Amino acid sequence: MEQSSDALTFFALLLPFAAAAVAPLATRLMGHRAAWLLALAPALIFLHFTTFLDEVSSGATITAGYAWIPALGVDFAWLIDGLSLTFALLITGIGALIVLYSGGYLKGHEHQGRFFSFILLFMGAMLGLVVSDNFLMLFVFWELTSITSFLLIGFDHRREASRRAAIQALAVTGLGGLSLLAGLLVVAGVTGEMSLSGLLGSGGAMRDSALYATALVLLLGGAFTKSAQFPFHFWLPNAMEAPTPVSAYLHSATMVKAGVYLVMRLNPAMGDTVMWATILPLFGGATLLVGGVLAVRQTDLKLMLAYTTVASLGLLVMLTGLGSEHAVAAAALYLVAHSMFKGALFMVAGVIDHEAGTRDVTKVGGLRRLMPVTASAAMLAAISMGGLPPMFGFLAKEEIYYATAGATPWLILVTLAALAGNALMFAVGFAVAIKPFFGVERETPKHAHEGPVLLWLGPLALAVAGVATALFSNVVHVLVSSPMATAIGGIPAEITISVVPHIGVPLALSLLTIVAGVAIYRSIDRLREMIAGMLAAIGWGPDRGFDQAIRGLIRASAAITSAIHHGRMDVYMGVTFTATAVALFAPMIVYGELPAWPAFPDLPFYEWTIIIIALIGLAAIVIAKDRLTAIVSLGIQGFAVAVIFMLLGAPDLSFTQFMVETLSVVILALVMTRLRLDPTDHRPLGEKLLDMAIAGTCGLGFTLMLLRVTQGTFDRTLSDFFEQWSYTIAHGRNIVNVILVDFRGVDTLGEIAVVMIAGLAILALIRIRPRAVPEPKPGPEL
Amino acid sequence: MRTVIFGSIAPYLTSLMVLFSVFVLLRGHNEPGGGFIGGLIAASAFAIYGIACGVSPVRRALRFHPMAISGAGLLTSALSGLVSLGYATPFLTGLWAPEGFMGIEFAFSSVLFFDIGVYLVVVGSITSIALALEERESD
Repeated sequence: MEQSSDALTFFALLLPFAAAAVAPLATRLMGHRAAWLLALAPALIFLHFTTFLDEVSSGATITAGYAWIPALGVDFAWLIDGLSLTFALLITGIGALIVLYSGGYLKGHEHQGRFFSFILLFMGAMLGLVVSDNFLMLFVFWELTSITSFLLIGFDHRREASRRAAIQALAVTGLGGLSLLAGLLVVAGVTGEMSLSGLLGSGGAMRDSALYATALVLLLGGAFTKSAQFPFHFWLPNAMEAPTPVSAYLHSATMVKAGVYLVMRLNPAMGDTVMWATILPLFGGATLLVGGVLAVRQTDLKLMLAYTTVASLGLLVMLTGLGSEHAVAAAALYLVAHSMFKGALFMVAGVIDHEAGTRDVTKVGGLRRLMPVTASAAMLAAISMGGLPPMFGFLAKEEIYYATAGATPWLILVTLAALAGNALMFAVGFAVAIKPFFGVERETPKHAHEGPVLLWLGPLALAVAGVATALFSNVVHVLVSSPMATAIGGIPAEITISVVPHIGVPLALSLLTIVAGVAIYRSIDRLREMIAGMLAAIGWGPDRGFDQAIRGLIRASAAITSAIHHGRMDVYMGVTFTATAVALFAPMIVYGELPAWPAFPDLPFYEWTIIIIALIGLAAIVIAKDRLTAIVSLGIQGFAVAVIFMLLGAPDLSFTQFMVETLSVVILALVMTRLRLDPTDHRPLGEKLLDMAIAGTCGLGFTLMLLRVTQGTFDRTLSDFFEQWSYTIAHGRNIVNVILVDFRGVDTLGEIAVVMIAGLAILALIRIRPRAVPEPKPGPEL
Repeated sequence: MRTVIFGSIAPYLTSLMVLFSVFVLLRGHNEPGGGFIGGLIAASAFAIYGIACGVSPVRRALRFHPMAISGAGLLTSALSGLVSLGYATPFLTGLWAPEGFMGIEFAFSSVLFFDIGVYLVVVGSITSIALALEERESD
């Protein structure tokens, strides 16, 4: 039973990827109706995960999985507790609705199949992210969500704005991903744990570590970029370039919550410190206010919603940072509520755009009679967003005020931030739901009418879920919210809040929110102009900063490239050999390892003969009149060295040396003729002397190093190993060859790949040369 | 460089050298030799042939583009490493047929194929460089 359940979970995690693979084909065969088929995948996974509800709500944590790369401590292992289960249900539940919605929204689009494929890939990545137990698995899925988000934002790749937004999102979240990886590795290094379950079980090991601050900053770098916290919030509104299903799914309900998920996940192990309780509410609160204010400024429905999403994410981070029992409960409730109402509102915005042809809030009105279903979904969702009963959003907001109500100055500040943020979101939420549907009917680019079932099913289902979950809150709390709060807080929690209003500070604060919200709503047009004027006065924002940074990066790389890569061969050679000389001399001098003066060698006459031949070869190179003679003389010297190797008993080496010398003489001579250089050297004297000095220093450096090496004691460990085992394990008596092909086979494989790539590169160089350069000028080139 | 004597002797010299390079390759595991040095010998053989008789006879004789030979070599080496996965041993573990091959006393192993791959990469890459350089000289 246990075994088969594990296997099922494994397949459930893979199913979205399989569905993504068949999506293009299914769409080609069935058109937009493929949505009904493809939505089965998330629906089935949703059902599979509901089977865990029972176990998880009784306090169990399910961990299972398979070894992936055991040598690196990487497992494909999942951790299912209240937190990951809630996320998994949201991802798959909303995912199914989004797939259906995409079926209607992109009906007839030439790349609809590709779109289904991307969105299912994303779903698989996101699902993997939230259930991952292993650090590296978490990271892999985290990056996968960034990449699929990039693909989806840039889906309409012919538009420049889409491409820019996609690259921006990838750059910001990708950098955050690297920060996350570094943070996870620091945590793994400190605690010795490679899994979240291990980390959660390690108690306060991380909190007490000296590296706590480093790890926290790195991890938050990942979480804040992903969850669009101020000042990294700018990529999220730009990501609205994506088709609306993507905005509804990735950029409100799921992906942007990955950062919040991470923070919640780490709370029991890393939370409850001064740093944690300062940084998180500070950044969260700032994000909440900035998002709320900027939302008011927008007229595009999607952008209004996008900025309120930024605000909501800030609120969630703030609550998690507070960490009290009520704050954790509020975070859990608000996360669920937000996914439902924001997903619904985004889809509504998409329907309006699709049916009326515009999503500018100042250009639509009175659609209520034309689109009754959409209008009611919008109203329900907005009520939830405004935190009014009888919606789930109301429960969340009450709990938020329970959490923040307090008498310390810090809590009062937090309460004020929450109050302002909630009021702003209240106003914007109703602006999105009321302005397009009520008031005078306006002329829109398209003649608006109710969308097909595929379009209104998603928003309606989510909006109704907002009511249903609130009405049956006792069941929802037992199955979902309480286990989730338990997982975030790390201690058993029980949420009891219901729609029945209860007199107290929270209710008073709620009423205050409503009053403020209504006030903002009524003067929203005036406020919009005011904020626009304010922003124009500031002039600069992180969005422009991003462009400036990218431009600066490109300019700097161009400058560096043209400084280093100027195409002058003589300078390249000079720099390379100077560096070689420095590398040879510096260690010997710094560590005082210069060799002792060697005794005069006592060699037999034939060895002397060979050495003298080598010296004659060298002298010939120096005095040679033309280049060809010099190259051949180089060969004399090389052959002499090969003979010395032979005499010293290294036949393999000498053999290779012979061949290499032969070939290099042949190839150098061929290159010479190809380059059509003058046969003689035309360098001015100064340059000649400089080159001579560099060459001499290099030669002297090698000589000294070799002398030093032979004067040191010889470590025979490796030689002994190879002598002992070469024949017994590797069945070869030629140790050199056995090392090459067996003991160090991977090295050799890499080397031959390099040989081949170098060959290809040289071939390409030879091919382009004749046309690219007209007639080589006589000059110091070789 | 195209003299009558060189031109007449080059084919024989080349065939001898290629033959010798194969010999060097195969004895490599126990005696001095191996894929790398064998490849260098064969490459110089083709370079000599090219200098003596022109590039196109060499290309005809080789049948394949030398770079393709090089690629085949890299593939052979990589695949010989993958064989070990079938025996649940790490990549590139040397595997030896226990009793020779088909009754003949002969060291038949994945290592041999690895070395043949090295040989082909070296022959292919260096020959293609040498031939490309020689080609320009003749036009």
